[in-house]
Amino acid sequence: MASAQNPPVIGPGHTYASVTDKISSIVLTRKTPRGWIFGFAIAFSLFMLFNYAVTYLLVRGVGIWGINIPVGWGFAIVNFVWWIGIGHAGTLISAILLLLKQTWRTSINRFAEAMTIFAVACAGMFPLLHMGRPWLFYWLLPYPNTMYLWPQFRSPLVWDVFAVSTYATVSLLFWFVGLIPDLATLRDRAVNRPAKVIYGFLAMGWRGSAVHWSRFETASLLLAGLATPLVVSVHTVVSFDFAAAIVPGWHTTIFPPYFVAGAIYSGFAMVLTLAIPMRKFYGLDDFITMRHLDNMAKVMLATGLIVAYGYVMEAFGSFYSGNIFEKYMTLNRWKGPYAFFYWLLITCNIVIPQSLWFTRVRKNVGALFTLSLVVNVGMWLERFIIVVTSLHRDFLPSSWRIYIPTRWDWATYVGTIGLFLTLFFLFIRFLPAISIFEMRTLVPMSQEEGKST
Amino acid sequence: MSQVFHRSTNTIARLSIYGALFLIAGGVYVLYVFAGSPYVTDANEAKDQPVPFSHRHHAAELGIDCRYCHTSVESSSDAGMPATRTCMTCHSQIWVGSPMLEPVRSSYREDKSLQWSRVNAVPDFVYFNHSIHIAKGVGCTTCHGPMGEMPLTWRANSLLMGWCLDCHRSPEDYVRPRDQVFNVNYQPPSNQHDMGRILVRDYKIKSLTNCTTCHR
Repeated sequence: MASAQNPPVIGPGHTYASVTDKISSIVLTRKTPRGWIFGFAIAFSLFMLFNYAVTYLLVRGVGIWGINIPVGWGFAIVNFVWWIGIGHAGTLISAILLLLKQTWRTSINRFAEAMTIFAVACAGMFPLLHMGRPWLFYWLLPYPNTMYLWPQFRSPLVWDVFAVSTYATVSLLFWFVGLIPDLATLRDRAVNRPAKVIYGFLAMGWRGSAVHWSRFETASLLLAGLATPLVVSVHTVVSFDFAAAIVPGWHTTIFPPYFVAGAIYSGFAMVLTLAIPMRKFYGLDDFITMRHLDNMAKVMLATGLIVAYGYVMEAFGSFYSGNIFEKYMTLNRWKGPYAFFYWLLITCNIVIPQSLWFTRVRKNVGALFTLSLVVNVGMWLERFIIVVTSLHRDFLPSSWRIYIPTRWDWATYVGTIGLFLTLFFLFIRFLPAISIFEMRTLVPMSQEEGKST
Repeated sequence: MSQVFHRSTNTIARLSIYGALFLIAGGVYVLYVFAGSPYVTDANEAKDQPVPFSHRHHAAELGIDCRYCHTSVESSSDAGMPATRTCMTCHSQIWVGSPMLEPVRSSYREDKSLQWSRVNAVPDFVYFNHSIHIAKGVGCTTCHGPMGEMPLTWRANSLLMGWCLDCHRSPEDYVRPRDQVFNVNYQPPSNQHDMGRILVRDYKIKSLTNCTTCHR
């Protein structure tokens, strides 16, 4: 199994007990590390900034943001698309790679799925807050109401509601079902009574019988099957928000595949951003091996190239169309007021990631971490360029306007990063960040390696 | 190893899985009924007025035409509230000493309007026009309820948007001949639907369900 071409997905010499011990001890017995407390404090203060920004928003209204006609979407939609995109890697890892029987996904799927859920939670904030009256969010849903109205089913924005809420539900369910055997392990190993009760409650009476396992396998496969189309469909629908409009730069058929590739690109970047510090601080190098980092870097390189192709075709299409508005939009991106950000985006998303062709870079953890941050920034800039450059100069020069985000835009955006990290810190402290029972299936592989060395 | 939970929790767990569905569906239904109930919409509740004016007495028993007081209903968005002078056309001659009518007389003496409490009002974001409804054969009582039977005035309908849309979507079930619009005792005939279809054609009524018809 472990050959020279295929480095191992688990370190050598592990037994069932050592795997269980190592992962569950992070939650149950080890002292909460200083680094965790420090990191959590920072994340939580950013989350408080988010609460502050949202409170002020609810008092004053969306006027505190930089949005105004013609740029009515601004940061809210930029951040929404960015966060939703990040979530996609988790679903790809947990669903598609499960169906393709890729064993290397085993150690990263749990926290990648958690990342998906937290990213969707952050993404969901923006359309809700952008509505101005978020407490009326349920107007988006088809429910029996005194207005005798349905939502406008012809609008992609309504499809978006369904796409994202389905995505959130299926991801949460998939994640939770996958957690059940591990929650039972934690229940059995917990020392104090409250931990026993809480983990026991969440484990839903799991006893690990053959019947349980057989049902669990069926349920996991079914959920994976349900989640698989979501990897493609959710960001496709998100891209329809743009592509169904006639705004120059948005109205293109290339958007769905190009958005999906971008989503997976940014998602894998975020998985690396989270995995690299986590494996270092908790000494999980045996479980998240260089093989994992290498594979993820390759996925990033591949999806990054698809995205690059998207950028090229976008530019080509606008000139090939012969449409003056399309042509102007592209020239405006290259040379207009936001040109700096466009070229920064090209640098972050296309130029720098080409270094991933080199094995030396893929084997350098520090370089990979930096690269993952660069791609995260690049993908955020991509959404900013798509939203802002198309809107700020559309058909009528008389209505052109420069969009400048305010401090409240930034506070809300940075605040959701705080929310995301807060949830993630809580997750690694209170739940097994790596799937224990799935890692146990890799033990024979680890034993074999132990013998050969 | 001792059990963390008692056996009975199995039953509770199973019940809660099924129960949650019904609880959510039931909760939505209860909220829906509540939102349309008179408790929320104030329908069917007579308001306190400076003078206990009876539409039953004036409009049904005495047979005074609606337009005698609500003069602008055929020509304006607003039906119009009568000036005190209108009341005094009769009440300077009859019931001149009635203590109940003292606010009317003092309003006339002091040239200050009576402060009626508004019974039927649509929100500011709704554009409503009385005259077009009258012109197209929508009777007063279709919206305002049986005014000929109201000793005090209450709102007969919820004025919720769904209620407006009932008629805007199928006007044939509600229109009446133009000469019956101000008849407070009008009862729809048994062939309302068929007659309605003819009237809709003759009066060129379009079912107006565009958002901007009312939300301009």
